[in-house]
Amino acid sequence: MSDFATIGKPTAMIDSAQKATGQGKYTDDIALPGLLIGKILHSPHPHARIVRLDSSRAELLEGVVCVVTGKDAPNKYGILPVGHDETALAIDRVRYVGDNVACVVAIDEASAERALDLIDVEYELLPAYFDPEEAMKAERDLIHDSRPHNVEKEYHHVFGDPERGLSEADIVHEARYLANEVTHAAMEPHSTIAAFEIDSQTGQPGRLTVWSSTQVPYYLQHTLAAVLEMAMPQVRVIKPLVGGGFGGKSEVIPLEVIAAVAARKAKAPVKITYTREEVFWAHRGRPRTIVDLKIGAKRDGRISAVSARVVQDGGAYCSYGVVTILYSGALLGALYDIPHIRFDGYRVLTNKPACGAMRGHGTVNVRFALECALDEIAARLQLDPAELRRHNLLQPPCVTVNGLRVLSYGLPECMEMVVERSQWRQRRGKLASGRTEKRARGFGLACSHYVSGAANAIIRSDMPHSTVNIKVDRDGAVTVYTGAAEIGQGSSTITAQVVAEVLGCCLGRVRIVSGDSDVTPVDLGSYSSRVTFMSGNAAMRAAESILNQLLAAAARRMGCDPDELAIHDEIIFRRDEAHKASAGAWSMSFDQAIICAIENFGALSASGWYSPPAEARGGSYKGAGVGPSPAYSYSAQVAEVEVDEETGHVTVLNIWAAHDCGRALNPVAVEGQVIGSVWMGLGQALQEEMIWKDGLIMNPGLLGYASPSSAESPHVEAIIVESVDPEGPFGAKEAGEGSLAATIPAIANAIYDAVGVRLNEAPFTPERVLAALRAKDKTHRPGTEHDAATTPNRFREHGGALRISGKGQQRHESDAIHVQQAERGDQ
Amino acid sequence: MTKELIELRVNGRTHQLASEPNRLLLDVLRQDLGLTGSKRGCDDSSCGACAVLIDGVPMLACTMLAASCQGAEITTVEGIASEGALNAIQKAYGEWGGSQCGYCTPGFMITVKHLLENNPEPTEDEIRRALSGNLCRCTGYVQMFDAIKAAIRAEQESER
Repeated sequence: MSDFATIGKPTAMIDSAQKATGQGKYTDDIALPGLLIGKILHSPHPHARIVRLDSSRAELLEGVVCVVTGKDAPNKYGILPVGHDETALAIDRVRYVGDNVACVVAIDEASAERALDLIDVEYELLPAYFDPEEAMKAERDLIHDSRPHNVEKEYHHVFGDPERGLSEADIVHEARYLANEVTHAAMEPHSTIAAFEIDSQTGQPGRLTVWSSTQVPYYLQHTLAAVLEMAMPQVRVIKPLVGGGFGGKSEVIPLEVIAAVAARKAKAPVKITYTREEVFWAHRGRPRTIVDLKIGAKRDGRISAVSARVVQDGGAYCSYGVVTILYSGALLGALYDIPHIRFDGYRVLTNKPACGAMRGHGTVNVRFALECALDEIAARLQLDPAELRRHNLLQPPCVTVNGLRVLSYGLPECMEMVVERSQWRQRRGKLASGRTEKRARGFGLACSHYVSGAANAIIRSDMPHSTVNIKVDRDGAVTVYTGAAEIGQGSSTITAQVVAEVLGCCLGRVRIVSGDSDVTPVDLGSYSSRVTFMSGNAAMRAAESILNQLLAAAARRMGCDPDELAIHDEIIFRRDEAHKASAGAWSMSFDQAIICAIENFGALSASGWYSPPAEARGGSYKGAGVGPSPAYSYSAQVAEVEVDEETGHVTVLNIWAAHDCGRALNPVAVEGQVIGSVWMGLGQALQEEMIWKDGLIMNPGLLGYASPSSAESPHVEAIIVESVDPEGPFGAKEAGEGSLAATIPAIANAIYDAVGVRLNEAPFTPERVLAALRAKDKTHRPGTEHDAATTPNRFREHGGALRISGKGQQRHESDAIHVQQAERGDQ
Repeated sequence: MTKELIELRVNGRTHQLASEPNRLLLDVLRQDLGLTGSKRGCDDSSCGACAVLIDGVPMLACTMLAASCQGAEITTVEGIASEGALNAIQKAYGEWGGSQCGYCTPGFMITVKHLLENNPEPTEDEIRRALSGNLCRCTGYVQMFDAIKAAIRAEQESER
């Protein structure tokens, strides 16, 4: 395949032994002398004013050190500069059930929990909004006073001339799609430890050190400094092993700020670890999204225009919301060549926990709608869905109609691969042989894509997006310092591989020091699939600089020009083999070269950095900053499903997933990311759903929110397509998110192939599939309309034990009206 | 609550400790004995991250009282590596990408150890069913199946 030594070779993660033996430390595994435990009191009401908060009884309890409230840290923060609307603990208002009201710090968990019950809070209830389209109608009792009609942000983008595009179309497809709210459910619950050092000069609490399960150590440092009014160098953030993130740890989570505020007040280290239920209440997952889609197409399958109205149920705070809604519009245009696009996006506030970033941020639900719509158009035009998509491919290098630059584009190969491997042409629509009396099989295809990191940072600045430092000392170790957050995706391993490849040394020589703001240079974090691309490029440049110093020193010793030298397998040698016979000085070991270099230059160290080029940073319209990336990954998938027509149960038998990752730096890691993405998409397609009732989550645990287990996971064949991006490190692009979005529509399209019904609401639970089957049998309507019969109307009772204070659900009288309306179904 | 003296045998060593009778095995292992390999993922015995062997049988330490385990032989993930080296399944997990974030991995190690001890050559279906009590959010399980099959092959070759 290539003549690389380390790149492209299946390589075990450098920390895999730590993980398999239990030696690896995650935040909650760490204990400090005198460590106190923090427990948070959450709001029992979806929307209320805090009239009185009295913690005196709790403070008197044996074992309690202090109680922290909003007054202890009133500064507002938020991950986006335009969305600073959160405080660590509520100041005067709570906006969702589970909002943070107070934190008890005690010597142990049991004492802290006892004290929670002793905090007296008096609330004045306010009307609450749970449905985004209802919330948009509100004139008063707004969730944030600065947001009229509870609209966090709306965007109206027009590229090309959509009206003309639609009028020129031979057919226009129109439908509403709905994707319900899903959550990350990373295996490790959020956890933070905060500890202050005593300042030697003043004797007062000085520097703050925070260990946290975070994807974004730098943003955490930033936020803590702002909220606690400390200088940034006074805050040190250490990121231990992180047990998965998927976006859920990609912003500052309330407990991270609360722990720091609590440690300052308690004058002792404080650890707060969420229970699993708290993780669900605080989740920041993928918002419930309503997509109204209008697509025009020519008879030959060419798309003439796309018009999308997207409404996201964002929850009570901004979180990543502005970015989420912008992504859902921006990435409409970078998969296929669409000449005219209209996008109307609304990010709406409701009295539920804030939604944020989740794997495939912003694109997944819109991609579900669009890929299902393409399938319907193909059916109406009697075209093969794969063929229809082929008529709409981009012609790279190009800039899309909304200003996204595409240099490498492996989508055609991805489609070719899945069509071939799945025997699409032979088997689709012809699975009658697999059909039993009440079970039908079907095939579905869909495509997706994602950014290899956002070209514009969240906090606009000119600083590099990634920086990597390398130090080589006389011990012969190559120590790499990176701020890139390894969260299980393998970024440390990739960094080590890149450095080893450039230096021509073995992987065992490379040591990674990561995620400690005192030692490692700033990296913007692990989100938007940016690490391999950006940190990889930075590591490559740093290693090249070290290599140049090594070769210069070796050349001086060997009496030749550095250009005449090459390095392979830890041997530096003269390329010209003629020298082999002469003088015996034609090669030198890596260790010898290091010693020469240190003798010549003193310390051997280098820094490399990366920022996306200006031409990859997008257009100049409002909101153009979200969506641009230095490179885009591409994915095509075919799903084979079996539908039980008696129960509505859908079984996914096989998924063929081809992913264009530029170049696979570590094929095991790429396949793992692709399979993991497909599997998470499978969960969203079939069973995962946050079920809400009046702002209460009905399934706050891993039992109720059931992700697929090993018993129900299909066979997934990951197929790597390498388009070798001109700007990626060794040609690499993103591999961790892009595949997810194709899985949901591929399954929806396969269900249609099997039983002829369109599932326009995800997940495709048995009750929705069954409702759609019955609706079809009764009315023989084309399955393109949104069918209210598929909306769940039965809820499980709330079975959780969230620590909330009060007498349960005392709703405001106007809430009751909402509930009645909802029950009548006339909302 | 008054503490009582309990005696736990973990990974071949006996520990005496004072503990409230209502404390969970997982908390005692992690907080009192410093054995943080077993993880807390769910609080309600639905994820399997805290699995330990009790007299050779996988049990969930997050919903088990420590005091009830007196007299039993408890094995945690820390007790699985053989003489400081990785055993076949631990090695295969690395090579085949069986763990990504690794938070669920200790629980899987316990389950897989039990599976292979009782059924040295499980079918794919038996592997899937044996692992179904452990949740993983990263991998999609496929690479775990590959790792387990590779470990079985490695074990067989080493025996030859």
